[in-house]
Amino acid sequence: MSTVETDLAAAVEEAAAHLYVWALKDIPQDLRDALASAAGRETSVPGQRVLQTILRNVNVAEDEKNLVCQDTGIAVYSCRVGERFPLHPARIYESLRDGTERATLEHPLRSNAVHTITRENTGANIGYRLPIVHWEFVPDWDGLDVKCVPKGSGSENMSFLKMCVPADGVGGIKRFVLESIVGAGGKPCPPGIVGVGIGGSADYAMYLAKEAIARPVGTRNSDPIVAQLEDELYGLLNETGIGPMGLGGDVTVLQCHIEHADTHMTLNPVAVNYQCWAARRASAHISPDGTVDYDREF
Amino acid sequence: MANHEVTFPITDPAEILKLRAGDEVTVQGHIIGIRDRTQIRIFDQGVEPPMDLSGAFLLHTAPNVRKLGPGRYEKICIGTTTSARMVRFTEGLGSQFGVRAICGKGGFPDEAIEPMQRLGMVYFAIVGGAAALETTQIEEIEEVAWEELMPECLWKFRVKDFGPLTVGIDAHGNSLYREVQDRAQEKLKELYARF
Repeated sequence: MSTVETDLAAAVEEAAAHLYVWALKDIPQDLRDALASAAGRETSVPGQRVLQTILRNVNVAEDEKNLVCQDTGIAVYSCRVGERFPLHPARIYESLRDGTERATLEHPLRSNAVHTITRENTGANIGYRLPIVHWEFVPDWDGLDVKCVPKGSGSENMSFLKMCVPADGVGGIKRFVLESIVGAGGKPCPPGIVGVGIGGSADYAMYLAKEAIARPVGTRNSDPIVAQLEDELYGLLNETGIGPMGLGGDVTVLQCHIEHADTHMTLNPVAVNYQCWAARRASAHISPDGTVDYDREF
Repeated sequence: MANHEVTFPITDPAEILKLRAGDEVTVQGHIIGIRDRTQIRIFDQGVEPPMDLSGAFLLHTAPNVRKLGPGRYEKICIGTTTSARMVRFTEGLGSQFGVRAICGKGGFPDEAIEPMQRLGMVYFAIVGGAAALETTQIEEIEEVAWEELMPECLWKFRVKDFGPLTVGIDAHGNSLYREVQDRAQEKLKELYARF
């Protein structure tokens, strides 16, 4: 690698290590606001107990400089790579992996990564195809945006896919999202963010659902038809009464985000990916000269 | 919905019988951390646990720790995992080892209701994800067994004012999770009728 590439690789590694730990300790302001608003409208006694404990926990994490949740998750990164960013994605991936490993060893963080058959730990939150990286390539741009979303297993285990048929229509999509979230009950640590991916293909719908949970809380899809469905599902989900931690109450979800793709005329896939109330994410922008700006959200 | 303070391990089974689904509980004393692989070893591989579990409070956990020396660990962040994966061990924990309370997040499915009633056990719901707070309530890691299963070892923690916990399933056949699901299923029919 050239000197420029070596320096950039080090900057990306440093950013990955910082983002992983930062995301685990300091949840974003939009999420804090959503949790406070939930506590303001919850009327059930166990539900209120849960939400007050959550708010207390967020403050304790800040005061003690500790992790919000013990589940350090699997590290998922979303990268937007400009076509003129001077480090190839193959090298960006290596840096993200090295940064994840370094953060895990240096903090230290619990390592969750295991071989999927033998269940033996594979190292410091890295392994074969871990961490997971979502890529987007941006023409006419020289920057790199990196977002780290540590994904806990409690919520990831509550992922659902259904290949609805065109005749099921939008009603079929709504029904599947509702039955998935009611079925999940308290397991994914509600109230969280319901990510829904619709259209595309089976694998792409789930990919989109994961993209949806990583958006800032309460943002809306740019397509007004999809945005309307987000509003409608958000309302319906909060009528189910599942409540905080599944103990019953008014607030079952903080938000419902949908990402969509055009699809085949005979397909109507719908995927649900849940993000727990500790919806951790942290972002950075990296300039071609290696400068890192940790405050830029995308 | 009453408030209780209970010290574990318990010696008097009546301590469990006075708890009702929905009640708030704060726990003192000693609790045992346990998880998937720990219970797979006990029940599927038939290995006797090297800790006394009679009257015990079990916590579904796998903590972030720092090793200080042989068998000695310092807490970093200790939180609670989803219980439902481990429901099939409930009967054995109660009947073979005398466990009285299981604490986790997200609830136990209905199959836990009958053995908990028969054996005088409760399920405590903790707030999942609230690990920073939980860590401050764990005073010390007193003992660790089966370190080779790290982090899914058997852990003995000394706690102070551990909670607030909610009784999710009591020893009288009541489950908040069952009640919430029954109501939600009725509600779903109403919601589906709208579209």
